[in-house]
Amino acid sequence: MVSFLRFFINGISLGSVYAIIALGYTMVYGIAKMLNFAHGDVIMVGAYVSFCAMQYLQLPPALSVLCAMVVCTVLGVIIEGLAYRPLRQAASLAVLITAIGVSYFLQNMALLIWSSNPKVYPSVFSVGAIRLFDGELLITSETLLTIFANIVIMIALTLFTGRTKVGKAMRAVSEDKGAAELMGINVNRTISLTFAIGSALAAIAGVLLCSAYPTLQPTTGSMPGIKAFTAAVFGGIGSIPGAMIGGLLLGVIEILGKAYVSTELGDALVFAVLIIVLLFKPSGLLGKPVHEKV
Amino acid sequence: MKFNKALVSLLLALVMLMTVSSFALADEALKIGVIGPFTGAAAIYGNACRYGAQVAADEINAQGGLQIELLAEDDEHDPEKSVNAYNSVLDKGAQMIDGTTTTTPCIAVGAQANEDRVFMLTPSASSMDVVNGKDNVYQVCFTDPAQGTASAAYINEKALGTKIAIIYNNADAYSTGIYQTFVDEAATLGMEIVSETTFTDETTDFSVQVTAAKDADADLVFLPIYYTPASMILKTAKDMDYAPIFFGVDGMDGILTMEGFDASLAEGVFMLTPFAADADDERTQTFVASYGALTDGEIPNQFAADSYDVIYALYEASVAAGITGDTPYDEACELLIEQFKTLEVSGLTGNMTWSEDGTVTKIPTSVVIHDGAYVAYAD
Repeated sequence: MVSFLRFFINGISLGSVYAIIALGYTMVYGIAKMLNFAHGDVIMVGAYVSFCAMQYLQLPPALSVLCAMVVCTVLGVIIEGLAYRPLRQAASLAVLITAIGVSYFLQNMALLIWSSNPKVYPSVFSVGAIRLFDGELLITSETLLTIFANIVIMIALTLFTGRTKVGKAMRAVSEDKGAAELMGINVNRTISLTFAIGSALAAIAGVLLCSAYPTLQPTTGSMPGIKAFTAAVFGGIGSIPGAMIGGLLLGVIEILGKAYVSTELGDALVFAVLIIVLLFKPSGLLGKPVHEKV
Repeated sequence: MKFNKALVSLLLALVMLMTVSSFALADEALKIGVIGPFTGAAAIYGNACRYGAQVAADEINAQGGLQIELLAEDDEHDPEKSVNAYNSVLDKGAQMIDGTTTTTPCIAVGAQANEDRVFMLTPSASSMDVVNGKDNVYQVCFTDPAQGTASAAYINEKALGTKIAIIYNNADAYSTGIYQTFVDEAATLGMEIVSETTFTDETTDFSVQVTAAKDADADLVFLPIYYTPASMILKTAKDMDYAPIFFGVDGMDGILTMEGFDASLAEGVFMLTPFAADADDERTQTFVASYGALTDGEIPNQFAADSYDVIYALYEASVAAGITGDTPYDEACELLIEQFKTLEVSGLTGNMTWSEDGTVTKIPTSVVIHDGAYVAYAD
């Protein structure tokens, strides 16, 4: 029983990292209706920036997170402006391929700047751990921090898109760009803002990812990025609480699958569950079903 | 005046003759190409090989007799660039190759050298594919499969652990290769393996693998993997208060040089390696000192020592076969192949002999990490 609980908590800890990345995916998809496959790599950039701020500039951890958020926000807006905005009217496939291109571009830039030698992210947020059952059960401070950050971000995003004027504009753009423009909403600026918020979230996700799993190299963001994308689809892409639930479930299924079935089949199980869920609920757990109007 | 002119021309002629003969003397140096990554991600290995070779060449040249000239060329750990580097050192007159440092380029260059009949002795390219099917390519390092066998035998002999767990990368030929031979040898020796778990290059979370080892009460965890995932496993184990003996192979070399790595995590980690820089024999000490003088005080790793041994092996074989600086590379190649059948070299990494498939036989030793440095293990 204790060992089940231990695996469950490890799953939650991995899942909370997926969830925080998935929030960024779902946010951008929900508003701009595009899959930003470069999201995972913005995370990697965020992690590197905070690493450099702490290691080379000796900044305190909180300030380094802020640094990473600023750099990633600027990066996100630049990527959107240079790569995605010219394709606003193009087919969604063109945008998707561009996003994959941006992803490779960021990875190779990181390779040039920081080289492929892996760096070890300092455990700055490690302030000890909670031990239960005579130390058999261990909840690290990184896990608690990540879950806490998840909840805060989820509530803040829900309030922001639901209650504020800019949030309303975002929802309007998401429903119908043309109509929103006619109502006097600046579509380009709204989408830029979405990317800015998504990228700032990516910076936070990068710091939390590397605090929990401290190896940092140019490909660090890509696999967690894909898993988080899966989590977002699992929970219903575009739904903010869905991303969080999807992320947590994915992490728990992955760890329990590895622990009780086989370490070789862990990832296969995750995707098998995804396929089954999508067979019965094509729009994901909390996704809104789309009715095609004719 | 006329007499003076004659004297001057005589003198000039004499000077010319001397210059020519001194050129001829320089020509007699044995020219060895050194190919490896001196820049890029794998630069740490290539530079170690280059400077290790330089230390050996300097020692040999100081003795007098057959001189050695090294022709070093960068391949950036890229197979195509490596073949270019190989062509470039041949153009410069290389008669044999110390290299290449890394496996993938070595396979590419080996195929070319096999066609051209150029003798290659690699310090560190450890895959069987490097030597398979090529009668002119030899290794100074252990092959990947040999590392698994040697590790199991070593753990058994020194009684380091009774219940063994293995965590390996099943998406990587290097890791699965060592794993397989380790398990075979462990079965032969009657060692008990209590847990076997896998991961892939994409794995971020190692808690399941470490928990499995812990729950099985393993007192030794064998890690036939590279140092990046190993660093994660060490951290996960520490978070769980799990402290078995961790035993790695040559892929573990480099863990202490990771930027930001907390060396205390690696305290007590064993590593199968033929070389420990703090060994107190005189030869190792001289090597460490000369290497440090050449590189601003760096401490040589096993790659440097392997490359040092490459130069000595090539030198001793050349002397025995009567190869001089004038021997063409294809002739030298056949002579060296003949020599390596019986050659015995006592090097920094042990006493070496070679079998005809190109693999080396030497006795493995092991180091243990203590206070962020490799220390020879004394039981």
